[in-house]
Amino acid sequence: MGGPIADAPMTAAESVLARAAGVPRVVPGEYVVAEVDAMMMHDIFAADVLGMLQRVGVRRLHDPSRASVVFDHMVPAPSVAAAEHQAAARRLVKRYGIEAFFEVGRGICHQVMVEEGRFRPGDLVVGTDSHSTTYGALGAAGCGIGSSEMAYALATGRLWFKVPETVLVVLEGRLQPMVTAKDLVLYLMREVGSAEAQYRSVEHGGPGVATLGLPERMTVANMGVEMGAKFSLFPAGDVDTMRPGASYAATHTVDLGSLAPQVAVPHHVENVVGVDEVAGVRLDQVFLGSCTNGRLEDLRQAARIMRGRRIASGVRMVVTPASSEVYRQALAEGILSDLVEAGAIVEGPGCGPCFGGHMGLLAPGERCLGTHNRNFRGRMGSPEAEIYLGSPATAAASALAGEITDPRSFAAADEEEAGKEEDVR
Amino acid sequence: MSNPSGDVARLAGRAWLFGADISTDMLSPGQYVHDPPEVRLRHVLESARPEFAGQVRAGDIVVAGPNFGCGSSRESAPQHLKDLGVAAVVADSLARIFARNAIAIGLPALSCPGVSAAVADGDVVDVYIVAGVVTVEQQGSEGSVRRELEADRIPEPMLDVLRHGGIEPLLAALAEAEGNPAQDLD
Repeated sequence: MGGPIADAPMTAAESVLARAAGVPRVVPGEYVVAEVDAMMMHDIFAADVLGMLQRVGVRRLHDPSRASVVFDHMVPAPSVAAAEHQAAARRLVKRYGIEAFFEVGRGICHQVMVEEGRFRPGDLVVGTDSHSTTYGALGAAGCGIGSSEMAYALATGRLWFKVPETVLVVLEGRLQPMVTAKDLVLYLMREVGSAEAQYRSVEHGGPGVATLGLPERMTVANMGVEMGAKFSLFPAGDVDTMRPGASYAATHTVDLGSLAPQVAVPHHVENVVGVDEVAGVRLDQVFLGSCTNGRLEDLRQAARIMRGRRIASGVRMVVTPASSEVYRQALAEGILSDLVEAGAIVEGPGCGPCFGGHMGLLAPGERCLGTHNRNFRGRMGSPEAEIYLGSPATAAASALAGEITDPRSFAAADEEEAGKEEDVR
Repeated sequence: MSNPSGDVARLAGRAWLFGADISTDMLSPGQYVHDPPEVRLRHVLESARPEFAGQVRAGDIVVAGPNFGCGSSRESAPQHLKDLGVAAVVADSLARIFARNAIAIGLPALSCPGVSAAVADGDVVDVYIVAGVVTVEQQGSEGSVRRELEADRIPEPMLDVLRHGGIEPLLAALAEAEGNPAQDLD
């Protein structure tokens, strides 16, 4: 195939890293030290990161305006230990002059970063959360790092990066009713997966991209990390994916119209099957929320399916809107009352059940279907519990039936409700 | 287990063998994030090998299949292994964030394709960090045979972090040298 030509176009990831490293071009495999445009910390790690800086004698951040702190994981504090941890973080946030501080209740970090415009297309963004790949929905190269690396980035403004190879995903056609961006990314988990995407940038192009809105692109980019990807990028601003002449390690083409609802089965995100293969599996809990699928569109779709119906007896349904803004709009549209009348529990915005922190953990032998991003053993409490992952539509249909259910059986109801919503507007 | 001498050239230890896709939720379960360290350490890898946290000894080496450390960005995943005395992690492949975090906290971690098939649980493994070589003594019918495997080499900027024992000592050294690292680190 030959090496890259000196003036060949770069992939989106290469372009961002070259710009941030201040060099004309970079090639995959190379290590660069790059200027980081935005840095995000959440409540679990903010005190560790800033505490380390204090301990080693770093008195000032390189540029406090690049930093954001969002309290979203253990919120509201479920224990005295968590409350103390957060109190310490608040003091350090003030001490280091970080103005972009988003308190308990504002929402899940990645949603808040987007709503608050804390980065721009083409930026290089790091966060102390693996789902920082979400920023790729807006053309920003986002990836997760640990707290020590965050401390280094805050102190110096820079961090080292390995230039990744790029996998191109060409999207064609349009998703069928009741098939969602979650089903697309679960399908990609199976078709691309960590075998191909590990340490690579996954970039989405093709005519199908235009059929996906920002919330849907966020769902796809969010789960990029689950296939091991460093970045998961969509075109935005000057950031272009699918550049003729750029070098791609692999190319996959997906016909969106051919996709069916997908479900990841225990205990790995890449164990993905069509919903029909697991239909009928009994559930104890259904979870609708997380940075993957807690946005207004997700809640709206679930509400359409559940409006005027009741969740099956013996099933708990936990809903967490992704942010205070999502919460407010869902309240105004009547979505939350639809969900509550169907029997769901609506919690405040946050990460709680998704990472097994609190507000919806599982007992040994229990089974949950959630719209979140990981089904590893022990993720939501007991290592003896089972977690299935699916779309908001699948979650809603499954909550009503008490077992994993193909949401397409509710397609007619969904259309009718969507029609009513249009009439009201 | 910090390494102030900066000697990260070679480590030898008893292998604990794990399979594929060992996740950060297994290494550091989310429900214990605010528990005291001794509680958190008790649960390390309990869902994969319940005896691990109680029986691992200082200097042991974790050997695993592909995609070790997949999942979240929590640095507690490698930190817990280091706190339990694990000297190094060698896996068929390492998840990206785990690989970076391990180096960042001063735990040598190498990606070494084929290692999980070549090493049996309890084998003594030699890890040459800088050279990127792993060797293992295998017992056969004709006595022991030394098998050598090639690992991906850790790039120089990250070796430098490892020589300091992690980013915290590195930042401390820079802060002490410069007085005000926020301005002078570059």
